[in-house]
Amino acid sequence: MSSNGDTPLLEVVDLKKYFPIKSGLLVDRTVDYVRAVDGVSFSIMEGETLGLVGESGSGKSTTGYCILRLLEPTEGSVRFEGREVTELGREDLRRVRREMQIVFQDPYASLDPRMTVGDIVGEPLVVHGVGTRRDRGARVRELLDVVGFDPTFVNRYPHEFSGGQRQRIGIARALALNPKLIVCDEPVSALDVSIQAQILNLLKDLQDEFGLTYLFIAHDLAVVRAMSDRIAVMNRGELVELGPAEEVYSTPREEYTKALLAAVPVPDPRKMKERKVERRKHRHALAEQEAIVGAPPEVEIERVV
Amino acid sequence: MALLDVRDLRTHFFTRDGVVRAVDGVSFSVEKGKTLGIVGESGCGKSVTALSIMGLIPKPPAKIVTGEVVFEGRDLVTLRDRELEDVRGHEIAMIFQDPMTSLNPTLKIGTQITEVIRRHLDLSKGEARKRAVDLLEEVRIPNAAQRLDDYPHRFSGGMRQRVMIAIALACDPKLLIADEPTTALDVTVQAQILDLLDDLRQRHDMAMIIITHDMGVVAEAADEIVVMYAGQIVEEANTLDLFDRPEHPYTEALLGALPQIEGDGIRSGRLTAIPGRPPDLIAPPPACRFAPRCPYASHNDTCTVEPPELREVRPGHWVRSAHPACERAGSREPAGVAR
Repeated sequence: MSSNGDTPLLEVVDLKKYFPIKSGLLVDRTVDYVRAVDGVSFSIMEGETLGLVGESGSGKSTTGYCILRLLEPTEGSVRFEGREVTELGREDLRRVRREMQIVFQDPYASLDPRMTVGDIVGEPLVVHGVGTRRDRGARVRELLDVVGFDPTFVNRYPHEFSGGQRQRIGIARALALNPKLIVCDEPVSALDVSIQAQILNLLKDLQDEFGLTYLFIAHDLAVVRAMSDRIAVMNRGELVELGPAEEVYSTPREEYTKALLAAVPVPDPRKMKERKVERRKHRHALAEQEAIVGAPPEVEIERVV
Repeated sequence: MALLDVRDLRTHFFTRDGVVRAVDGVSFSVEKGKTLGIVGESGCGKSVTALSIMGLIPKPPAKIVTGEVVFEGRDLVTLRDRELEDVRGHEIAMIFQDPMTSLNPTLKIGTQITEVIRRHLDLSKGEARKRAVDLLEEVRIPNAAQRLDDYPHRFSGGMRQRVMIAIALACDPKLLIADEPTTALDVTVQAQILDLLDDLRQRHDMAMIIITHDMGVVAEAADEIVVMYAGQIVEEANTLDLFDRPEHPYTEALLGALPQIEGDGIRSGRLTAIPGRPPDLIAPPPACRFAPRCPYASHNDTCTVEPPELREVRPGHWVRSAHPACERAGSREPAGVAR
């Protein structure tokens, strides 16, 4: 029952996530809210990649977590294949999550270090009761093979591997249940450029092979450009620009988008002076997030299976 | 005379599994007031090179086996720990990728800055505090005087890196070594930190070594670039020449791996990834260390038999490869020019 034609796979309408700021010695009172996501709307068609870009604290990751309900949205609607995700009960939510997965920046940080590679990749299969023990073992090997991770290392621990290899484990886990949508949350930000290219290529190949749909979240516009059909730019909890990738790059409308573009390091020393001037010109548009930390509180994200 | 002259530096780690040749015969120099970029993947030896200069390698298991680190005419390798401590922080300072690991979370920022100032300079408590405020202002931290009393966790990643830069500047060093100073930061914050470092370098007439895996970062920041692979320098040139005419297949691959921001077919195309991983430095490939990943190395090639030397293919442009771009069939110029 794949959606086709004009029906988007995912539709987000006026999504809000407010974090209460508490104060008081004996009784916690909510004195104000951090409006991490403040009325965001967009849709993603099947097989498409939407890039979501912005500075730290712009609310881009929080948006991703709310779509999967790893965080409960404060308000707004998230429709996946026409179903309202925000109203689903536990059991239904679990079923929908088979179709929607996430890849984190550092999969190791979000996983139990005592689990082997095989446990990590196979856990979603166990939780969802897929196949027999033997079937699952075969499936785990197949998944590792697909992401270019040597399946003979299935009984090793993730800390034994480099960042790039660990990200392959994280991607294999996300693929385990044959999802339709994968939220990629800064999947290559912690990696060297050479490894980054391998992982980006892998994500492109998997998309072609399995017809995946991506919400690709990153702070680096060059990385987002490599992956996305359309791009949404987020600033202080709001979407400030949304359009086809080519257009957002060639003719950015917002000052903020221009500032993000000017910040990307370009491997051309002759353009250095020009870019420095450009950066100065647009710097004022960047959030003063650098000044004081009061940004969204550290949030505990539920384990996703 | 160069401010810093590193000659045939070899830093090895003596482990139970064998000798890890982390830095294996590295030579370069840094001129006064100039910026040198050291580029390479994780594990290529660039950080160990920096730590060796600073005398900060963990001994044991690490040891500087041979080589000299000549700073203003003195070989730092031969200095005693006490003497080295005076050089460190005072004349050569270093900042790291993750400022949180170098800042003490239980001490106020002001305490941490004045501590460094008073260790190296003969100042009273009040004078040191005044200097600390000036330094925080210089690295553009708003409300500097109030912020001295904040703890590190109250600062964002970019602001913490600014604090580290302020501490590094405390004694007006002649050389600042920045080891992946922006890798953990957003591109927007990265750009601001790089601009700040460049301004400070000019104002203080300071030399810098910037260590990074990102060719985009050195394109903006460096005058001269050294590319490292598997513990060795594989290419060295001034920044313009390196980007105009990269010679080593590894340098070309690092450039190709960068996602482009301008051009057509970016979405549908693939990035040029470097196949495989850097070699094990206990038993590196016997001849050219890049040969197993090199698109130009064939099976019975000389480069799988004989280790290539670092040679000058153009004035000031050095390459360690049997297959530099200028000598390949159909290359831009005849082989062996200016050798």
